[in-house]
Amino acid sequence: MNAKPRLNIGAVRSSFAPWADPSASPLVRFEAVTKRFGGETAVDAVSLDIYEGEFFALLGPSGCGKTTLMRMLAGFETPDAGRITLAGQDLAGRPPHLRPVNMMFQSYALFPHLSVAQNIAFGLRQQKKPKGEVAARVDEMLALVRLEGLAHRKPDQLSGGQRQRVALARAIAPKPRMLLLDEPLGALDRKLREETQFELMALQQRLGMTFLIVTHDQEEAMITADRIAVMRAGQLAQIGRPAEVYEAPNSRYVADFIGDVNLFEARVTEDDGDIIRLASPEAPDGLEAIEDDEVPVGSTAWLAVRPEKMRVHLDPPPPGPNRLEGQVADIGYLGDWTTYLVELPGGRTIRAARANASRVVERPVDWDDKVWLTFAPDSAVVLTQ
Amino acid sequence: MRRGPSAFNIAAITLGMGFLYLPIVLLVIYSFNASRLVTVWGGFSTRWYASLFQNEQLLAAAWVTLRVAFVSATLATVLGALAALGLVRAGRFRGRTLFSSMTYAPLVMPEVILGLSLLLLFVSVGLPRGFWTVTIAHTTLTLCYATVVVQARLVSFDEALEEAARDLGAPPWKAFVLVTLPNIAPAVAAAWMLAFTLSLDDLVIASFTTGPGATTLPIRIYSAVRLGVSPEINAISTLLIGLVATGVIAVYLLNMRRRTPGA
Repeated sequence: MNAKPRLNIGAVRSSFAPWADPSASPLVRFEAVTKRFGGETAVDAVSLDIYEGEFFALLGPSGCGKTTLMRMLAGFETPDAGRITLAGQDLAGRPPHLRPVNMMFQSYALFPHLSVAQNIAFGLRQQKKPKGEVAARVDEMLALVRLEGLAHRKPDQLSGGQRQRVALARAIAPKPRMLLLDEPLGALDRKLREETQFELMALQQRLGMTFLIVTHDQEEAMITADRIAVMRAGQLAQIGRPAEVYEAPNSRYVADFIGDVNLFEARVTEDDGDIIRLASPEAPDGLEAIEDDEVPVGSTAWLAVRPEKMRVHLDPPPPGPNRLEGQVADIGYLGDWTTYLVELPGGRTIRAARANASRVVERPVDWDDKVWLTFAPDSAVVLTQ
Repeated sequence: MRRGPSAFNIAAITLGMGFLYLPIVLLVIYSFNASRLVTVWGGFSTRWYASLFQNEQLLAAAWVTLRVAFVSATLATVLGALAALGLVRAGRFRGRTLFSSMTYAPLVMPEVILGLSLLLLFVSVGLPRGFWTVTIAHTTLTLCYATVVVQARLVSFDEALEEAARDLGAPPWKAFVLVTLPNIAPAVAAAWMLAFTLSLDDLVIASFTTGPGATTLPIRIYSAVRLGVSPEINAISTLLIGLVATGVIAVYLLNMRRRTPGA
């Protein structure tokens, strides 16, 4: 699970890594937090540290417990076991209105009877701020989310994107220690969602506020977050930077949940400390991967290779490891990418993706073509669980 | 190409509406009758309205009725709103189905039985019959109507709104007052109007539970009619119809308003 410095996995803000600093104390700490609903365990002994200034994403399919975890931090659910601390203080027994965190709700939950400005001022009014200060902060927030002209509109007179920005401004206005975003972009259409992802990231950097986002959309988490916690059935499957989670998944679940992946079940035949060699009936010349972790020889492992790391050849490449042979079963042309589904002799289909870097291709790959697939040893990840 | 209503439609509507409203129209017309004989038209006059305001017995009964309606409608609305909150918010608690069916039972229970059982209760606890017994009885009658009206609105109310208010620093009671209440206010007002109107024209339950000094208008009218219909009765009935119609229309308008976009 540790980063492998030799592979030099890229990161967005490489200088920002408080989690790697043993002297840093986290802003929020979940300690073995468990929550049960009836007989079902929604959150199962989750321990997690989130640091000041971090953009942290909880990623997982619906029902994995990510929203419950967030709602426990906001105070809307009470943990059955474990402890949540914020800036060192135990939050147990503290109701939502006394917690210095604000939440942006999935439905936005804008107050329909109040104007945009009154919605944004709501939290400030509860803090009993003087009138002038409230008005100034509301104007500042309206400018921040570019809604200056709409202060007196009611929520039902706004578009979806505008409502989303009002909800954001309302949650930021009281200057919480941490902003919680529950599927914040789920209701927006694709184009707007992509724009907003970058805006959200820029906003977080500018405010220097700690953001915790809950999402089922891996793209949203990858783009916005400093670190991602991938959740599965109430437990944390992996925590890491987006590139770590994508390029160095620690399990088949994570590899499969984030992006597409080809998995080869294989037997480990050799481990010389650097390179692991594996045998699989699907690769006549064997498989090879660079891996620092020890894998016992003779055990079963899975080799994970992302489609974009598969090279497609129409002419047979020289024999060697990581060489597969098959027939093109289907082609998916996406404009920027083309995905090839290649059927191996054993009947399994492998995905290979290629960026369409130029408009014209000399020899296009066609349906039913015989092709060879190869990949570099450092493009493959050995998974044991 | 939309054709107007057919002859059959027009006939059906005329008959139906006539059946419903002809007696009421007649009553209103005869309230302006100059003749002392109720069934003989003697020209237009408002003299019965004038004499009505001299009839202290009727005026006293009207005053009692308004007071009973006001107090019982207010009590029923508060209790009904609380019951609706309990039913919608508390989720699946033990006995929820029983509780909700018991809330709705008076809707279908014969008024005679409700009146009789209330009378028995008041007698057994030794409560002297009068203004308060009628008021309590009317609260019982109208409570379920208020519950139904408020509940219908609460069901469509997004609970995340109240959570958002609490998240932004409002204690639970304040979140309710600042966010939930303004959003369910039209339904609460409609519930009050409905309860007020129901209490205003109730005869059966009031006659079971009333006592000396608390004769309501419907009881007064009923007993007066048994002695012979006076044009004054027509006049006060017309006023009553006007009041009830205003209430019903207000309820309708309030309910319309909450359906317009804004939720």
